[in-house]
Amino acid sequence: MIRRGSIRTLGAGLWSCVMYGATQASAAPFTQDALTAAGPQAAHIAHLWNVMLAVCLVVFIAVMIALAAAVIRAPRGDSATPPDADALVREERPASRAVAIAVLASTAGLALVFWASVHTERALAGMDHARALHITLTGHQYWWEAEYDDPAPAQVFSTANELHVPVGRPVIFTLQSDDVIHSFWVPNLHGKKDLIPGHTSTFDLRVDRPGTYRGQCAEFCGYQHAHMALLVVAQSPDEFDRWAQGQRQPAAEPAAPDAQRGRDVFLASTCAMCHAVSGTTASARKAPDLTHLASRSTLAAGTLPNKPENLARWIEDPQRYKPGVNMPPHALPQQDAQALVAWLGTLQ
Amino acid sequence: MSCVRHRVALALMPLLLLVACEREQRTFEAPVDERPTVQAALATELQPVTGNSVGGKPADPKSHAYREENNAQSLADGKRIYIWFNCNGCHAHGGGGMGPALMDEQWTYGSKPQDIYRTIVEGRPNGMPAFGARISEAEIWKLVAYVRSMSGLAPSDAAPSRDDDLAARVPENRTKPLPPREQKP
Repeated sequence: MIRRGSIRTLGAGLWSCVMYGATQASAAPFTQDALTAAGPQAAHIAHLWNVMLAVCLVVFIAVMIALAAAVIRAPRGDSATPPDADALVREERPASRAVAIAVLASTAGLALVFWASVHTERALAGMDHARALHITLTGHQYWWEAEYDDPAPAQVFSTANELHVPVGRPVIFTLQSDDVIHSFWVPNLHGKKDLIPGHTSTFDLRVDRPGTYRGQCAEFCGYQHAHMALLVVAQSPDEFDRWAQGQRQPAAEPAAPDAQRGRDVFLASTCAMCHAVSGTTASARKAPDLTHLASRSTLAAGTLPNKPENLARWIEDPQRYKPGVNMPPHALPQQDAQALVAWLGTLQ
Repeated sequence: MSCVRHRVALALMPLLLLVACEREQRTFEAPVDERPTVQAALATELQPVTGNSVGGKPADPKSHAYREENNAQSLADGKRIYIWFNCNGCHAHGGGGMGPALMDEQWTYGSKPQDIYRTIVEGRPNGMPAFGARISEAEIWKLVAYVRSMSGLAPSDAAPSRDDDLAARVPENRTKPLPPREQKP
């Protein structure tokens, strides 16, 4: 049993490598890079990194020069050289000037780094929150749930694993966790912040450059921690409003008989016990909301590209791609499975 | 003499590492080709219980019933599924409400894993719905194991030791095993 389990895990690992390679090969549609800042906070952090790199580089070079000087100036001799008893005869000259210079230089370097760090913290904390967008982000093993808040309750909507944000407008995240500690980290946008069960924390950021940025759970949270990714799509305010308006709509009534059958399969089988699709009776909240599944670019928190064949395989055996994920395998009759995938594909 | 005995004891100590090693073992379910009928599932899963073990402990180590009941992860999963699928809506955290209590020794429809499996899959008169089409095979066996742990019938080294929220009951691993009493409906 151990052998079988580990072979499955290994298989899943290899598969994800292949999938990762495939996504990379197809000119990755997203970036994940802490040094390419797409917002003011990430820019501050990248700047701090550059300052620290420069200071550390200077210190490193100075230490290396001192070391080289010591090695070169070290007394050399062979068996014929008389023993060096200099220190017994004469008092050793204290290197007080060199020590004083080194202490001063170290203090200055540390002070510079400290000042840069405080300055960065101040800049990060001082962001203008006018017209902020509020998102409640909840970490689950192993996916992200995002609820877009609105003063009008009917306008609140929920999505998973793919956030859309308007460019140039601050976003305030309320972070919480449903099970264990996770950490929210989109390197292009900001630093990390933990999502802690039973504790609510807030986090703000702004994206200034349109694009798709990949984020990653940055705190080990279990078997599939590595497959807990999310995408942040930054778009113009108009595009964002159109997207948000689309997300608020309930699922469209299926027209094709295949899709109708798929919906019936969904509602009458195990799917409806965990997933919600607004506009139907499925309203469980233990797994990602699927109302607009087809509008997302990945499946299973960035594990697979969102394609019908991947969706079919994922539904049949999620443990093959994400061993330890909470979704159980489903051996649906083939026609039912096809109809289900067809219906899920209509959820734009 | 005592020195030899000490050495022997020390040499045997690593054996302790093997104790309860199945407790944490994870297996990842492959899909079954076709959902088994209740009869088929029970026929392949469960062996006749021999002797007078407490509450009909599953005997075959290969059976779902045995594996899930001796595995900490399965019991913890069962506990989460119990809440997620709203079992507590009727049975509360075991104390009962609209449905009967699950943490006592009274069993209306039997305490053996096969009885509980049948109860979940087929439902029972007076309100217990049939969940057969709604819950996957693997999850049903986890639920069965967890329901048995609620009255202390699962091994205490595998049963959950705490709740995810405010503690609603004495932890399952500290629940004294209650000899089941069959009670006619």
